[in-house]
Amino acid sequence: MFDRPKSLVDVRTHFCPGCHHGIAHRILAETIDRYDLREKTIGVACVGCSVFLYDYIDVDVAEAPHGRAPAVATGVKRAQPDKFVFTYQGDGDLAAIGTSEIIHAANRGENITVLFVNNTTYGMTGGQMAPTTMLGQRTSTSPYGRDFRNDGYPIKMAELLATLEGTAYSARVATSTPAQIRKAKEAVRKAFEMQIREMGFSIVEFLSTCPTNWGMKPLEAQERVLGEMSEYFPLGVYKERTQADFV
Amino acid sequence: MKAAAVEIRRELMKGNVAICLGAIAAGCRFYYGYPITPQNDIPEYMSTHLPTMGGTFLQAESEVATINFILGTAASGKRVMTSSSGPGISLMQEGLSYMAGSELPAVIVNISRSGPGLGGIAPSQGDYFQAVKCGGHGGYRMPVLAPHSVQEMYSLTMRAFDLADKYRNPAMVLGDAIVGQMKEPFTPVPYEPSVPPEKPWALTGCKGRPRQNVKSLYLKDNAIEVHNWKLFRKYERMREEEVLFERFRLDGATIAIVAFGTAARVCKTAIQWARQEGIPAGMLRPVSLFPFPSAQVDEAAEAADVVLVVEMNTGQMVEDVRMSTRHHDRIRFLGKPCAMPTPEEILGEIRTLAGKRP
Repeated sequence: MFDRPKSLVDVRTHFCPGCHHGIAHRILAETIDRYDLREKTIGVACVGCSVFLYDYIDVDVAEAPHGRAPAVATGVKRAQPDKFVFTYQGDGDLAAIGTSEIIHAANRGENITVLFVNNTTYGMTGGQMAPTTMLGQRTSTSPYGRDFRNDGYPIKMAELLATLEGTAYSARVATSTPAQIRKAKEAVRKAFEMQIREMGFSIVEFLSTCPTNWGMKPLEAQERVLGEMSEYFPLGVYKERTQADFV
Repeated sequence: MKAAAVEIRRELMKGNVAICLGAIAAGCRFYYGYPITPQNDIPEYMSTHLPTMGGTFLQAESEVATINFILGTAASGKRVMTSSSGPGISLMQEGLSYMAGSELPAVIVNISRSGPGLGGIAPSQGDYFQAVKCGGHGGYRMPVLAPHSVQEMYSLTMRAFDLADKYRNPAMVLGDAIVGQMKEPFTPVPYEPSVPPEKPWALTGCKGRPRQNVKSLYLKDNAIEVHNWKLFRKYERMREEEVLFERFRLDGATIAIVAFGTAARVCKTAIQWARQEGIPAGMLRPVSLFPFPSAQVDEAAEAADVVLVVEMNTGQMVEDVRMSTRHHDRIRFLGKPCAMPTPEEILGEIRTLAGKRP
């Protein structure tokens, strides 16, 4: 049987052809269904292409200012510790304007789950440079290619957050092949379980595409994820807590 | 038969603590904040007492995070408060705009200090513009209440919670270092809610109902215009229903003072002294700075020869006084941006305006 997940709204999405948000949405919805969480979930949507989460995932959703989703999720989770709370954030959101919020939410061991979609650019605003933009990558604000002497290096959030004591789970996945999608589902499942078992903060970083702003055809974009991107941003599990009573 | 004695409990209480007592009495069990002088008594009190009553205190990594903790808890349908001071309130402006746009209720306390910038920690009313015109983007309003006593720190905090819930909007209590730090007798009257607590819009998981959102983004067709007019009508309703003011010895006053908060308190002393000298001075004290008591200010200006605005700033409320009355030629200003004017200074100005030599 291959059905639409119950938590995925039956509408056409606004995402561009070849974009991976739709795949991430489906994995999210399937995992919500798997743990029967639809009626006790509060999502936090961010600024950018992902803000329309509330049109696609059939759960209660709050909207956060740019980068502040981990703080909004903290406010929701502290008020309703019995609910399942997740954020869905892009790379500009999480790794630039919201670095303070994500680091401190992780460091507090805030019992929330973060889905982090890294497509190395600011999608909705028209393809400007993100903190995750690859060296040499041309964007509308790095027209000569990202140069570390001027712009620094692409930031590796899954690794960075794994160093924090409050982080229970941190993994990086991709969704460019069926095998990767299976691993991505497994990572999201683990991240959900961390929250359900009250183990602390969990994050899954998705390497994703943005064919429109990359100026690529969808298949070329897939190749970029499989090659250049996953070389610099290695896939894998960077932290996995096994005991809840971490000291 | 003797009548049963009514027990009136009076305590010596600090202004900042009275705010905490008002919030707790009003059912607030969530407080988030970030330390800044001169309001630290509030997070310190809350961190001690909220956990013992099943509440939540959380110190944030910044004021930016604080206001978004607030946003999340308000979206969950709970009563929630923060407090800060000028520079911290500036950092909260982004979240306040989102909360106004998303129609989320919360109480924000500003125990203001002198600015701009890092300024100083001396008491000031220099955040008047930011509070009443609202410093965040997009053009919104919030009720702003200005206590001038420890008792009002308590009662107006309770009222701020009711206003926030009634209008689904942030509400501000605007104090300063003097009214926050001073101690005086105070009576903890019981809280009587004026707003039903139901919040069907809250995000509690979509059990038994369709999913719902708390959001401020409206991209389709005309939706943001419709939303903005709806918010505008809400602010208009505040202007009609929520004006708060005090008339102090205003009958027959030829010198009408307009002052709020700590400045108004000092003016009361100066007015008593002036009256003893036979100078008919009085005061219209705005208690709600938004909505501003424009009709009452106009009425006072109509009856008086001169309107003296006294503020602990360089004359920010003067603009609202001018907007309230056509008698611009009668308006005078006395103020200090970073200190409390003394009763003697105010009396001196009253004497001058009354044409008497000191």
